[in-house]
Parts: sequence; structure tokens; C-alpha cells
Amino acid sequence: MRAAHRRHPGYLAFLAHRLSGLALALFLPFHFLFLATAIEGEAALEGALAWTANPLAKLAEWGLVTLLALHLALGLRVLAIEFLPWRGPLRLWVGLGGGAALATGLLFLAALGR
Amino acid sequence: MAEAAACGGRMLEVRIWRGRDDGAFVSYEVPARANQTVLDVVTWVQRHLEPTLAYRFACRVGVCGSCAMTVNGRPRWTCRTHVGRLAGDGPLAIEPLRNLPRIRDLVCDLEPFFTRWQRAGGRFVATSTRRDPLPRIAPDSEARRAVDAGIECINCAVCHAACDVVAWRPEYLGPAPLNRAWTLVNDIRHGAREETLDRVRGDAGCHACHSQMSCSEFCPVGIAPTAAIAGLKRASLRHLLGRRDE
Repeated sequence: MRAAHRRHPGYLAFLAHRLSGLALALFLPFHFLFLATAIEGEAALEGALAWTANPLAKLAEWGLVTLLALHLALGLRVLAIEFLPWRGPLRLWVGLGGGAALATGLLFLAALGR
Repeated sequence: MAEAAACGGRMLEVRIWRGRDDGAFVSYEVPARANQTVLDVVTWVQRHLEPTLAYRFACRVGVCGSCAMTVNGRPRWTCRTHVGRLAGDGPLAIEPLRNLPRIRDLVCDLEPFFTRWQRAGGRFVATSTRRDPLPRIAPDSEARRAVDAGIECINCAVCHAACDVVAWRPEYLGPAPLNRAWTLVNDIRHGAREETLDRVRGDAGCHACHSQMSCSEFCPVGIAPTAAIAGLKRASLRHLLGRRDE
């Protein structure tokens, strides 16, 4: 009952945008650490790349791509709210954003499985 | 309300907030009617069970904006909220609005809400007298349509109660005052349009909005303050770039 005023598409979009942004920000240092292994030589980078072949890393990659797509789509929603003339609660945009992210995630999953 | 309209003796279970911040819900049983608003329920409790119950209302027809309360966790105008149309069959829970100091039972102190209207430059500054000719404003002009979209606000504070940014940042001006500012910025008769825009361009003004859209979701008269705030953000950007709109 406490959070009943938050149960609507606009708030959901805000929450998903914020949480995906935070998750992506947390990922970035690891991404740079990973790339930094190239400085230590070819073997170090190859070793790191080999590690990404494990299923858990693949799953994390899928999560990452889906989060990126979600964050991008919801960022476009904010731009639409602020720069396009609109009426109504923009439910369509939230649906499109979520749908686009889901589709990207599924496509990436299909590409992984090939 | 005629007794004949009662729904076969069925009773509604209603939980109403009593006291101030350290108060609690108290349960009451109210006769269910075929056609009954939340305000009817509160009035019935006060007249038949709890004469000391404090609540606020005036017009009972959705014009004055006095009777807003939190109903089942959502801010609503109680005079136009029909009990039968509320989702779920659980007990009705009625509390005061969020984000405002509580006075007693269902009554909030609206002073912080109206102070924000002043801080947002919401006071109209006349540029002519009654002896001057009326300015001509094209009804289909962009500015006039922007004013139309936001002008019917009834000052009920539902948007203020619905907004999480108001809860998180006490200095944030909030949806209704920003909506009011947007109607004034677009009103060519307003003599302080620059000042109004200056007042809402600050850190606690339009740029603090996170586009959660709770204000637009719950506004009982269908205003979208998010659209007004977006308009202020664009006006603020144009101001930053050194362009003035006329």
C-alpha cells in the first residue's frame, strides 16, 4: 500500500532508467580493468578473453547488452518528454522502450547461441 | 442519501487515519451504497460514529480542490472518487496527503504547498488597467494553447503528494507551482515573465524534475505538469543560449 502511488508506467520507466544507469556505471571500472590487461601484453589479454568464454560471462554479457538497450531507450523517452510536443501519459513510449530493450536482448541471445 | 439506496445492508470496512504523525488507523463500518464517494464515506463516519473526525471539504463537486486525501495509497480528490470504482475489494484506507505536515486526522497544513507557488513567481503582475483595451491573443497560438493545457488547476495538492522528488528534496518547487509558472511565462499580459522564468530555472526548479510523471498520472483534472515542466526546461535552455521568445 505504501508504494501504490509509484505503480504506473512513468515511475517504472524512471526506476528502470536509474537502476540500469547505476548498474552500467558499476560495470565500467571492470570493463577498463579488463581492457588494461592489453598493456601487460598479448598473453594477458588473450587470457582474459579466454575467460569470457565461460557461460557465466556470456550471461553477464547478455545482461549488459540488455541494460544498455534499456538505458538508451528510456533516455530517448526522457528526450521525447522534454523536446517533443506530447499529450497523455506516454505509456506508448514506456512500452516501446521496454520492448526495444527486450528485442535487443533476445537478438543478442540468439547471436550468442549461434 | 436515501436509505433505500443502501446495498442490501452490506457494510464497508473503512480504515481512517486518526491523530497526527504518531496516530494510527481506526476501523469503521459504513453502510455500502450503490453510488457513494470516498468523501461520502468520511462524512458518514463523522456524522454517525466519530464527531471529532477532522477532514476538509467545501464544494463536493470537484471544483474547490479542498478534499484531497490518500486513498488506498494513492492521492485522490475524494468528492469525485467513487468507492465502487476503486480497484480491489479490501478495506478502504483513507489517510492525509503525503509530503505535507499533518494537523489532525485527515487534515494537512497546505502552507508549504502555497509558499512554493509564491517562490515560483506564481503571482500575476498586471501590465494594463481596466481602462486599457484588452490584449488580443490568438486562440490557436502556441503560447495560448500552452496556457490552456495547464490553466484549470484546482490547487488540490494531489500532484505535490504524488511526487517523489518533493519527498526527496524539500526545497523542490513541485509540479503545481511549476505548472502555474509555465502558464504565466506563456501569458503575454504577465508583466514579470522574465522574473518568473528566473525563479524556476534554479536548482530546485524545473531541472530537478525526474520525469517520473506521478503528477500527470494522478492529476484529477487531467493536467500534465510534466509537460509544463518540460516547457520550462526548454525555455530555460533557450534563455541559456541567449534567445528570448516573444
